[in-house]
Amino acid sequence: MIKRVSLALTAAVFALAAGAADLEAKTPPNVLVVAKNIDDIVSLDPAQAYEFTSGEVVSNIYNKLVEYNPADVEKVMPGLAESWTISDDGKTIIFKLKSGVKFASGNPVRPEDVVFSLRRVIVLKKAPAFILAQFGWNADNIDQMVRKTGNDQVTITIAENFAPSFVLNALAARPASIVDEKEAVKNAKDNDLGNAWLSRNSAGSGPFTLRVWRPGESLVLEANKNFAGGAPKMNQVILNHVAEASTQRLMIESGDVDIARNLGPDQIAALRDKAPIKIETYPQAALHFFSLNLKHEKLRDPALWEAMRYLIDYDGIATTLLRGQMKVHQTFWPTGFPGAVEDRPYKLDVAKAKEILAKANIQPGLTVDMDMISSAPFTDIGQSMQATMAQAGIKLNLLPGTSAQVITKYRARQHEMMLLYWGPDFMDPHSNAKAFAYNVDNADTAPQSTTTWRNSWLVPELSARTRAALVERDPAKRLDMYRELQRDVLKSSPWVMTFQAQAQVALRKEVSGFIHGPTNDLVLYRNVSK
Amino acid sequence: MKAFAFLRGVTTLVITLAGLLFITFVIGRVMPIDPVVAVVGDKASQETYARAREEMGLDKPIWVQFGRYIEGVARGDLGQSSSSGQPVVEDIARAFPATLELSVFAIVIGVLVGLPLGVYAAHRRNTWFDHAARFMSLFGYSTPVFWLGLIALLIFYAQLGWTSGPGRIGTAYRYTVQEWSGLLLIDTLRSGDWNAFRSAFSHIILPGLLLGYFSLAYIARMTRNFMIEELNKEYVTMARIKGASETRILWRHAFPNALVPVVTVIALSFGHLLEGAVLTETVFAWPGLGLYITKSLFSADMPAVLGGTLVVGVCFVLLNKATELIYPFLDPRTRAR
Repeated sequence: MIKRVSLALTAAVFALAAGAADLEAKTPPNVLVVAKNIDDIVSLDPAQAYEFTSGEVVSNIYNKLVEYNPADVEKVMPGLAESWTISDDGKTIIFKLKSGVKFASGNPVRPEDVVFSLRRVIVLKKAPAFILAQFGWNADNIDQMVRKTGNDQVTITIAENFAPSFVLNALAARPASIVDEKEAVKNAKDNDLGNAWLSRNSAGSGPFTLRVWRPGESLVLEANKNFAGGAPKMNQVILNHVAEASTQRLMIESGDVDIARNLGPDQIAALRDKAPIKIETYPQAALHFFSLNLKHEKLRDPALWEAMRYLIDYDGIATTLLRGQMKVHQTFWPTGFPGAVEDRPYKLDVAKAKEILAKANIQPGLTVDMDMISSAPFTDIGQSMQATMAQAGIKLNLLPGTSAQVITKYRARQHEMMLLYWGPDFMDPHSNAKAFAYNVDNADTAPQSTTTWRNSWLVPELSARTRAALVERDPAKRLDMYRELQRDVLKSSPWVMTFQAQAQVALRKEVSGFIHGPTNDLVLYRNVSK
Repeated sequence: MKAFAFLRGVTTLVITLAGLLFITFVIGRVMPIDPVVAVVGDKASQETYARAREEMGLDKPIWVQFGRYIEGVARGDLGQSSSSGQPVVEDIARAFPATLELSVFAIVIGVLVGLPLGVYAAHRRNTWFDHAARFMSLFGYSTPVFWLGLIALLIFYAQLGWTSGPGRIGTAYRYTVQEWSGLLLIDTLRSGDWNAFRSAFSHIILPGLLLGYFSLAYIARMTRNFMIEELNKEYVTMARIKGASETRILWRHAFPNALVPVVTVIALSFGHLLEGAVLTETVFAWPGLGLYITKSLFSADMPAVLGGTLVVGVCFVLLNKATELIYPFLDPRTRAR
């Protein structure tokens, strides 16, 4: 009797569950459901958003004066500005706003909104403020530097005669998003310029509005009916937080999600031949490298740096371990961007590395600690490096840690060797040139977020050239200057650039129009249909 | 006298929780992670970094920081999470019901299956039933939950389609259910949305069964041990001599005597479930407390870690208190104490 009741109960439980499972077999036709790790979001205020996912969300909610062209990242295209004129000295840009553009609230986009938005980034001084602060803007001068000069006109002033392409690229970056001043002010508290409210609400003019964000659970974007480019085809885009790649794979196979964003090589390989699924690969701007901290005497010999360039199995790692998630890249500006150099003179050559070490009288047995983030692909790359370095007598001790732990150590220059990645903050070569070829003050009391300072590499000559490129007005000549910088850094730096990331995304076959640009600012859902 | 006992109980509770918070606070401060970097990112300027540090109160001496935190806790303010940007109270109010719902589901399975399994395994010691029960317990103890979770998803969700996949409820119902208790099985029933209830049930069944299995493995093993001890005592032999049936001996004589330690085991098991099953929550994208605390710990988000620790600490204290209250009903000898 008990057995029969138990069996009946079990059958009833699964029947109940199975019925519900059938109800949910497919995503609704006008809703795009995405599986993604979204627990990196801290804030959705464009003046504060600095994480991968928040960047992507902000880009789908807000417009900027000028915007990147997803189809051609070499060009900046009009956003809220219809046109702009640049003064002869390059220090003043006058933007004429498009007429008739409205925020999702129904309020018109006005010059006051532009002034308010750019000003609040500087005044709030949150993480991405440095991108606009490069223009010489600060809380004291911002009111003079960004002004309304007409009913449809804003004039911005730059402290120095920077190259216009640099300025426009920085203005196309996330923190330059234009916020609805009236909404932000209405919801401001304690003079925060609406920061707390905008962290979990939206006030933009982009294709979507934020309906709800539940940290660590999901985020829902809703179509903005007032969007100047026409309402998106999807009524909603739901980003479901799914941290585990294997789970994402099962969900897209089952049709519970339309797009899976964080799949590893194993999951991609398993999904490649599944009929209802397509795999798309998008080149990314993020570059992977390892660096040597010159604070340590034993790591200062350039011959050691040179030898290490020959002790990485670039092709083996790319094809066997990373399987399409990265490609070999050896210069500091990624492929696909204006001015990128694709030279890759180095490959695994243990004999040559040994010869270089012997010539420099560096004896076998050198031991170096290498910090790295304790997850793939860092662990895979680190282990491969450990094996190939050992062949030349260099003992690599791997020190895995959490991302925050590794960055803390790096920031304090307490590492010996570091395996890490770098992504540009805007799509101008200066973003990376400053990181990899500029350091004029190596003092501990002058901390910089650049790779040069963090590895104690003082480079006055390269810094001068980086500075010269920044103010060069001739676009072609400017790009040539960056190309030369890349080639010189490739040969002489105490770090080795190894790979450029590629995002591999699984989509249900019926999904089209998804744009995944080289940075998170260019992950766009407005054209998606299914 | 009762008032004195109550006062003593409250004092013990406050000291226990304050000690727990202090230890967690100190551990958080000696971890090699800079919480400011976790908030402002790798590339923030020194000015932004300094401002954030000040805003987070990290420029103050550690005892001042702790004092301020305790002052906030006394007001019911657990601070703001630096990794989610939300008040910790709100984060926990969202994460804890998810964990509670899953834990209750799991412990019910653990008790309903684990207790009889342990009792019969003890009774049929060294028979095939006992060996099977022990193997099942051992398997539950030694199998990585991460692996078993993925296999369960693969079979019952992806291949057979018997259950729904990860998450707490289907996408269609996620924002339609009026939240009342945060326990979706209850909230969906309360709102009368039968389809939403089926969806919530279909989502909880797999992680619930999985955690229930781990729970029953522990309960069954311990129950077996306690029952063997009881079944070897003289009063059991006497009952047999007097001709009592085996069922009566098991359930009326031995089991009530084994129940006191078994209740302790159940309470401990439930307490561990309430801490949050990080790996299960990861595999099943279950937005619970374990995942919240772990993620916060990795980014040195101390307000979140302390808030989570406080909740777990209170749960353990309450469970201890509950078991203490139950003992006198189960064992008359404890009433006199």
